Amino acid sequence: MSKQDRLLLLSDLMLLVVAVVWGTSYGVVKSALVFYPVLGLLALRFGITFVMLSPALRTLRHADARTLRGVFIAGVLLFYFQLRAKALSPAIAEARLQALQARIRPHFLFNSITAVLSLMRSEPRRAETALEDLADLFRVLMRDNRQLAPLSDEVELCRQYLDLEKLRLGERLTIEWHIDNMPGDAQVPPLLLQPLLENAVYHGIERSSVPGVIAINIFLRRGEVHAILRNPYKMTHSDHGGNNMALANIRERLALHFDAEASLASKTKRDSYEVHIRMPYRTYVESGEGA
Amino acid sequence: MTEAPLRIVLVDDEAPARRRLRELLDDCTAALPVLVVGEAGSGREALHLLGTTPADLVLTDIHMPDMDGIELARHLLKLPLPPVLIFTTAYHEHAIAAFEVHAIDYLVKPVRVQRLLSALQKVPRLKPLSDTKLNRLPAAARRFLSVTERSRVVLVPIDEIVYLKAELKYITIRTADREFLLEESLTRLEEEFGPRFVRVHRNCLVAREAIRGFERRVSADGDAHWEVMLRGVTEALPVSRRQQFIVREIGRDA
Repeated sequence: MSKQDRLLLLSDLMLLVVAVVWGTSYGVVKSALVFYPVLGLLALRFGITFVMLSPALRTLRHADARTLRGVFIAGVLLFYFQLRAKALSPAIAEARLQALQARIRPHFLFNSITAVLSLMRSEPRRAETALEDLADLFRVLMRDNRQLAPLSDEVELCRQYLDLEKLRLGERLTIEWHIDNMPGDAQVPPLLLQPLLENAVYHGIERSSVPGVIAINIFLRRGEVHAILRNPYKMTHSDHGGNNMALANIRERLALHFDAEASLASKTKRDSYEVHIRMPYRTYVESGEGA
Repeated sequence: MTEAPLRIVLVDDEAPARRRLRELLDDCTAALPVLVVGEAGSGREALHLLGTTPADLVLTDIHMPDMDGIELARHLLKLPLPPVLIFTTAYHEHAIAAFEVHAIDYLVKPVRVQRLLSALQKVPRLKPLSDTKLNRLPAAARRFLSVTERSRVVLVPIDEIVYLKAELKYITIRTADREFLLEESLTRLEEEFGPRFVRVHRNCLVAREAIRGFERRVSADGDAHWEVMLRGVTEALPVSRRQQFIVREIGRDA
């Protein structure tokens, strides 16, 4: 192997190392930003690079003016694009979150109002509670839901929503709550569980002629929050489109908030359907990224 | 008043919705005598009820488990004296557009008493919905076929059908237990139920699920043809020359 070949091989290997570092740095930077502001991290990162590469500056003495100009322009451009990327990506994420606002089925609103009307004359107090639940639910549905909120709030909202569904469906709907080990202070995307429960009621209860149970299981395990929702489900030839849309929506919101640290999996068993959400247990609201 | 009250059956899978309609009908009695003769939680229950309890009007929800309102409307036409039918619906843009196009009466939930009363006052002049009108509504495939036997509507669940065979004017529906006679077109059934049934012959659709296998038969005059063997029934059915490709297509996974 000639010297030329060895140098070529070495440069190839070094390029490979650069690619590996570049590729993995995304996750590292992302976690670091939780603790450290964006501009501080950038300053530190480029500062360290400057110190490490400064011995190479000595060779610049041999460089001509043209090369120096090129180096200077490339450096400024690189710095500009880095800043721009950091500033823009949270904006894009915000915009996506805005577009991903959950929507409730219009059927639910009008059927609930009919159910409340049916109580007005005979059980006015129950009608009052139901209207209050409906107001709370729509307050959350209509507000800006881009910020994380405590899990306990989400669970309370789910309770109110399910109370309304029970009003319509009566004995057909039974709810099983398993939330003794739930970390109520965990910060989660709002309307994370309610749309899933809406699907569970729609596909598992409303379309079935026999009563059914929806089981909700939320617990903390090894620093992660798990939420498992199960409903009865009979495979039919009918469409499943609406469900997939809600799942895709929640999956994307989880990704925008938690990246690879959260996941959503669903599986269809013989006569049940299950959704499993896994996300990190965080009790503080991230502020660094929005800067 | 001398006129007999309007006999009404309420169909909705949500009990509060039925209760609300009852209250509203009570409010209407001053202006128009009405009598709720029964309630049902699904189209299937309603059909059962109407077999024994005659009614002039059926107020039915659209989305219901077991059998939806549109399928109920189609089976009701098999009754000797079909009642008038008015749909109640919560919200569904497409369905409502279709109703308007075909001048089919519907009430939007929550129902207003004035709107209900004006619908009730029209009932004596209304005719039962025609099949052609119903066919244009956005409907899923039926879950049952209905036949009239001794002036009662008998439902045959689609899952139980082994084959459908056209004979002269009628179609014979074959289930594992027995046969029924149906007055419909085989082509229309094939379109409605799609891949669930396979055409083995110009006059015959068999349930894909029921196919056990195929056998080659040679008749006395030396002509050879394929026959399809079916689960639940002993008779084998001939596969026509034109449809022979299905032997290869299905034979692979059967």
